[in-house]
Amino acid sequence: MITASEIIQLVFYAVMLFLFTPPLGKLMAKIFEGEKTFLSPVFGWLERLSYKLSGIDPKKEMNWKTYMWAMLAFNGLGFAIVYLLQIFQSSLPLNPQQLPNVSWHLAFNTAVSFMTNTNWQSYAGEVTLSYLVQMLGLTVQNFVSAATGIAVMLALARGIARKTTIDIGNFWVDLVRSTVYVLLPLSILFTVVLVDQGVVQNFSSYQTVTTLEGTQQTILLGPAAAQIAIKQLGSNGGGFFNMNSAYPHENPTPFTNFLEMLSILLLASALVYTFGVIVKAKRHAWVVWGVMFFMFASGLAVSLWSEYLTNPVTGVAGGMEGKETRFGVANSVLWSVATTDASNGSVNAMHDSMSPLSGAVEMINIKLGEIIFGGVGAGMYGMMIFILLTVFIAGLMVGRTPEYLGKKIESYEVKMAAIAMILPSFGILLFTAIACISDAGLAGLNNSGPHGFSEILYAFASTAGNNGSAFAGLTASTPFYATLLGINMLIGRFGVIIPMLAIAGSLAKKKITPPSSGTFPTDTFLFGLLLLGTILIVGALTFFPTQVLGPIVEHFLMLNGQTF
Amino acid sequence: MKTYILPALRLLLVMTVFTGIIYPIAMTLLSLVVFPYQAKGSMIEKNGVIIGSELIGQKFESDKYFHSRPSAIDYNPMPSSGSNWGPTDRRMADSVKARSARFIKQNNLPPGTVVPKDMLFASASGVDPHISPEAAIMQVERIGYVRGFNAEKISSLKKLVEAFTEGPQMKLFGDPRVNVLKLNLAADELQSK
Repeated sequence: MITASEIIQLVFYAVMLFLFTPPLGKLMAKIFEGEKTFLSPVFGWLERLSYKLSGIDPKKEMNWKTYMWAMLAFNGLGFAIVYLLQIFQSSLPLNPQQLPNVSWHLAFNTAVSFMTNTNWQSYAGEVTLSYLVQMLGLTVQNFVSAATGIAVMLALARGIARKTTIDIGNFWVDLVRSTVYVLLPLSILFTVVLVDQGVVQNFSSYQTVTTLEGTQQTILLGPAAAQIAIKQLGSNGGGFFNMNSAYPHENPTPFTNFLEMLSILLLASALVYTFGVIVKAKRHAWVVWGVMFFMFASGLAVSLWSEYLTNPVTGVAGGMEGKETRFGVANSVLWSVATTDASNGSVNAMHDSMSPLSGAVEMINIKLGEIIFGGVGAGMYGMMIFILLTVFIAGLMVGRTPEYLGKKIESYEVKMAAIAMILPSFGILLFTAIACISDAGLAGLNNSGPHGFSEILYAFASTAGNNGSAFAGLTASTPFYATLLGINMLIGRFGVIIPMLAIAGSLAKKKITPPSSGTFPTDTFLFGLLLLGTILIVGALTFFPTQVLGPIVEHFLMLNGQTF
Repeated sequence: MKTYILPALRLLLVMTVFTGIIYPIAMTLLSLVVFPYQAKGSMIEKNGVIIGSELIGQKFESDKYFHSRPSAIDYNPMPSSGSNWGPTDRRMADSVKARSARFIKQNNLPPGTVVPKDMLFASASGVDPHISPEAAIMQVERIGYVRGFNAEKISSLKKLVEAFTEGPQMKLFGDPRVNVLKLNLAADELQSK
């Protein structure tokens, strides 16, 4: 049974998330609109220096295509650098373990993974990547891939807020401001707390010790804390160590666990508010936030109930397989729900070993497209797909041209939203099917029966949703999986970003029509219900069959005590 | 295309210097000055020799020590890992049965005793440094017997477990737990007294 202390911790988490949202959201809106804040005197020089060194004119506006090309060029180069660093790591400095060069397919997978803000780990950090790659490759991408997500959301918000223009902002400026004023200061603060609590931060090689009982043990070291801070804040999730935030040197105490969990949703939640400020529709933003929170809380409730159910296979309720003593059951479940709601993907317990319906909640959270708070920025622009569809459907029902915040929603916007919705779903289902009927796909399984199917399904859902968490039993480092999963991450990232930027460009060009009696209001409880309904219907229709084949069948077999 | 590539490359290099070089190095220097013990891994010494980290669990098989949780990697994290056995995995069902029987036998507990679940399941990291206070208390009699403690010393050992039980951090976060390595070091010390 869940204890009172656990319930208090869950409620405390939700309250803190709620309380931080308005002030942080307001501050970010100011930052992104170029206003002066208390951070300007401290970090302003860094912003100006970045423009100067890069030869960028921060006052120059971009249209949506320019914005897209800038984003693609920046991300493409980011990919190239992470890839090259890995395949030449043995010839580069800061490799105290003398790790060999990474194979091409693993390097491809990892470079795509960090560039797309997925942070799927086909590799095991401590035995694959040198400190140099972790810093210059992964840490940098942790910052800039998160900043890319924020930038795209800002472009979309401006497209909605502005009228009769082709300008939707400047990608470089959005990227620099997100990094310099938001991600970097928060990461510095967070790093200090993490190290105080016991996360390692050094450049020493691993230490082999003789334990109290006389066996040999390797103590992993490295510059971990600085990377973990941004990994949590930037909805990245790729661990410094293989076992991510379950590993004690990555998440040593219940307090760091709380802060790391809060960081998963903190910025994504606040950015919904920021969006509301920029489009001048705060009530609408709160309705969207409410829908997100409702889905978060529902998933949490189902997952907790399922986790505390007695598993007849082991005879234990609230099993501890793949969980850490210092966190216990409830904190492991809360993390698993938060990390799959956001496209974070870090873990503090093994999702593979959780109850079937907890796995189902994790997968549904991801498959809906990472819109329950979602990735930083990415959650809000992902949610826009469903908002536009809802507005469109509501418009059809009342028989008027649909409008959203004064902008007419026409066939172009709906087409783009549909593309952004269908592409990732297509990737998930097609690649899962391919893996299920090929020997190379089945070779990676750790579990058999429906749970084996779930391992494959989870991997492709996680990569398409740019989440990065895993049913980690699957051996994903083979050329087959590394390549397919890598391609899937690209579809899931740019298959959404590009249509969303197109929508931003199209909306920016339109006039703003003042609301009339025929306008369907988007800041009401009713709109929230419709939005929720649209999400659930679309999500259910797309993914219900696979959910049944995997976790739901497994749940009932488990209740009958069936093993595989 | 050239209009994007050049600023993109320059900005990426600038960001790499800021977030990939200056940030981690500055954080390392700061950490090593302000929190040297933690930054270097919270290492524990015994007689001047490092025997491990207080945050990283160790394997204990000897009857005179409190045993740690089951581990999928035998407490050597190269790489760290859990079992990743699913809820209907036969291997897990069998392991739970075997571990329960073993714990009861080792500690001479009455048949049918409910073994604390942390001792039945492998942790996520494979190096979980903690066990539950219940799991520690159930091992006290065995350890006292093997170490040849009298009744008085066994009750001191029990008190030791209570003293090493960490409650929720800041009275709010996490579950009660005992650090096995620190407890075993204290048990060694108790014996030498």
